[in-house]
Amino acid sequence: MTVMNMIQAINSALDVCMTRDEAVVVLGEDVGYFGGVFRATAGLQKKHGKTRVFDTPINECGIIGVAVGMATYGLRPVPEIQFADYIYPGMDQLISEAARLRYRSAGEWTCPITVRSPFGGGIFGGQTHSQSPEGIFTHVAGLKTVIPSNPYDAKGLLIAAIEDPDPVLFFEPKRIYNGPFDGHYDRPVQPWSKHGSSEVPDGHYTVPLGKAAVVRAGEAVTVLCYGTMVHVALGVAAETGIDAEIIDLRTLVPLDIETITASVEKTGRCVIVHEATRTGGFGAELSAQVQERCFHHLEAPIERVTGWDTPYPHSLEWAYFPGPVRLTQALHRVLKD
Amino acid sequence: MADTAGRNTRPLALHVPEPRFRPGDAVSFDDLDLPAAGAVGRPPVDAAPAALRDYPYTLIRVLDPEGRAVGAWDPRLAPDRLVRMLRGMMLTRAYDDRMFRAQRQGKTSFYMKCTGEEAVAVAAAHALHRDDMCFPSYRQQGLLIARDWPLVDMMCQIYSNAGDRMKGRQLPVMYSSKEAGFFSISGNLATQYPQAVGWAMASAARGDTRIAAGWVGEGSTAEGDFHAACIFAAVYRAPVILNIVNNQWAISSFSGIAGAEATTFAARANGYGVAGLRVDGNDPLAVFAATEWAAERARGNHGPTIIEHFTYRVEAHSTSDDPSAYRPADEARAFPLGDPIERLKQHLILIGAWDEARHEALRAELVEQVRAAGREAEALGTLSGTAFNHGFETIFEDVFATMPPHLKEQSEQMAEERRVAGV
Repeated sequence: MTVMNMIQAINSALDVCMTRDEAVVVLGEDVGYFGGVFRATAGLQKKHGKTRVFDTPINECGIIGVAVGMATYGLRPVPEIQFADYIYPGMDQLISEAARLRYRSAGEWTCPITVRSPFGGGIFGGQTHSQSPEGIFTHVAGLKTVIPSNPYDAKGLLIAAIEDPDPVLFFEPKRIYNGPFDGHYDRPVQPWSKHGSSEVPDGHYTVPLGKAAVVRAGEAVTVLCYGTMVHVALGVAAETGIDAEIIDLRTLVPLDIETITASVEKTGRCVIVHEATRTGGFGAELSAQVQERCFHHLEAPIERVTGWDTPYPHSLEWAYFPGPVRLTQALHRVLKD
Repeated sequence: MADTAGRNTRPLALHVPEPRFRPGDAVSFDDLDLPAAGAVGRPPVDAAPAALRDYPYTLIRVLDPEGRAVGAWDPRLAPDRLVRMLRGMMLTRAYDDRMFRAQRQGKTSFYMKCTGEEAVAVAAAHALHRDDMCFPSYRQQGLLIARDWPLVDMMCQIYSNAGDRMKGRQLPVMYSSKEAGFFSISGNLATQYPQAVGWAMASAARGDTRIAAGWVGEGSTAEGDFHAACIFAAVYRAPVILNIVNNQWAISSFSGIAGAEATTFAARANGYGVAGLRVDGNDPLAVFAATEWAAERARGNHGPTIIEHFTYRVEAHSTSDDPSAYRPADEARAFPLGDPIERLKQHLILIGAWDEARHEALRAELVEQVRAAGREAEALGTLSGTAFNHGFETIFEDVFATMPPHLKEQSEQMAEERRVAGV
């Protein structure tokens, strides 16, 4: 066991996978010699060589497209898109190719790639360094979408994603790379070393895809969240004393609907939290499924606490970010009924 | 509108390229600059891209108007190899004719012929090794045929029938054969180009000896994926051949809409620092020779090659297209590079390896071979009427390696809905 932050855990996962499997290769902008703009690939090129960890031209379509081609050769590429906000030029390759290859060829070809990308706000990243585009990808049949919220899960989920036979989008909440963040932007940030989930095994282990984690057991209300918002929800529960059951989804597709429905059937109330914009966001899917499956158990309307339906602003970041004030109010509304 | 009153500058004018001939116009290609066969030299395969800058602006041709193979690019192939190439092109054409008819007979929903472009695929396949990996577009069925892939298997794909290995999921002509080194075709244009580069990079990274080849039409060179593929191929000196099939037409848009008024498609190679060749695409020997050169270059770790195959799309874009609405009916006949099958036939007769009687006998044999394959394929079903050739539950298979709970649930829901409806 070593105490790691999220970046070190991700770096460790890549190192473990590259050491175990010659087919694993890492590519992306600045990931090679420099080790990545967030240091997630630091030291990997020196250890595993330039033909397995290499810098690419600034071309997301090319990064994903080349990774798909490498996968069809038999490799397990782990391409990095520097910010999720810049994944859009690679979307055709992801949606039309990576996601459909197994289906359209009835299994003759497969695409075991894992696209890593830092995402989410809370860092004064403005419009193009803060977005949460997961809802675009959860809508695509054939893609898996994974979002960790702590170092232990980050490493275990990333190893599971790389070993998965299908294409996986692995969104890393960059706000919590160095420490958990409860949404109180006016307080000093705690490092991961003071958090239990920073104890990370040095070797190989996995956290299975498609399994949520109940990170706080409770009776009053179910909170569905992932990424940074897990820590916002935990902070609110601690501050308000509301006995919320907080579920870290960890994988959005395939979704662990059993854990969700078991919780809502117990609490009768549900609040969904995500940073992404509301309309058509993944929260809409969660809300629909909870309503369909738990209708007779629900004692209040399902609430969604999300980013507003606007581009991500710079100076008004804390009015946009769905922080503790907004979540607390939503919980009180749901509990009032 | 901007207020230009009182200014001395002339109003700007937007240039929208227009083909020289539209339906009803008299066609003439007299002003097309066509170098004579043998006029272009053959550089060493390890030449630096900077030494190759002129090649994209000319046209490599081997067969002269009499059918003689001339010049440095003559690949000097043995007659039996030439006859096999001829056979592959003729079989491709016979197959196209039959499948086009099958679509018109309602046996399938869609088809695309490659008439006039048979050399681009068949001759290239002969210049590649059998285990080199092809990333084709939808008009290189000749690759599969040249690699002796069973026609029945191809037809089953066209019919989405019980023999279709893709379980009826793909539009007709979107073949896939891992065994034949023929990558699964996608409807999304040019996506296979960076994939071909990635495959080639992987081969190089693993110290393999195999190379990759990709194909796009000239229209698809306008896609962003084309640029992505070229820059990655150049940066990593990927062992890949990037073919551009310039058949003058992208559905109804002439090649000028893709940039042909300003330069050649091969010339884009110069900007990337990649070797670029421009070839008479209706000259099977020239296509073979250029592909062989590019393959040797790639195998020697000298980097990628972009090859523009200058040809003409003789038939409609697809069974859903009517070219008489946008181009003269006799334009294909006027195209000065002729027909690839006729040109190779003429050459073989000239060198005494072929004659009209053998040609006619082979043509009849191939038509019969296609007909027999057709009967075999149709026995496994066609797409006519309400025939369902695959189990309904197969809709949900192969989305992922293992079926996740939500797809199992949807599969059960569909079965239940059908049961209740009594269908």
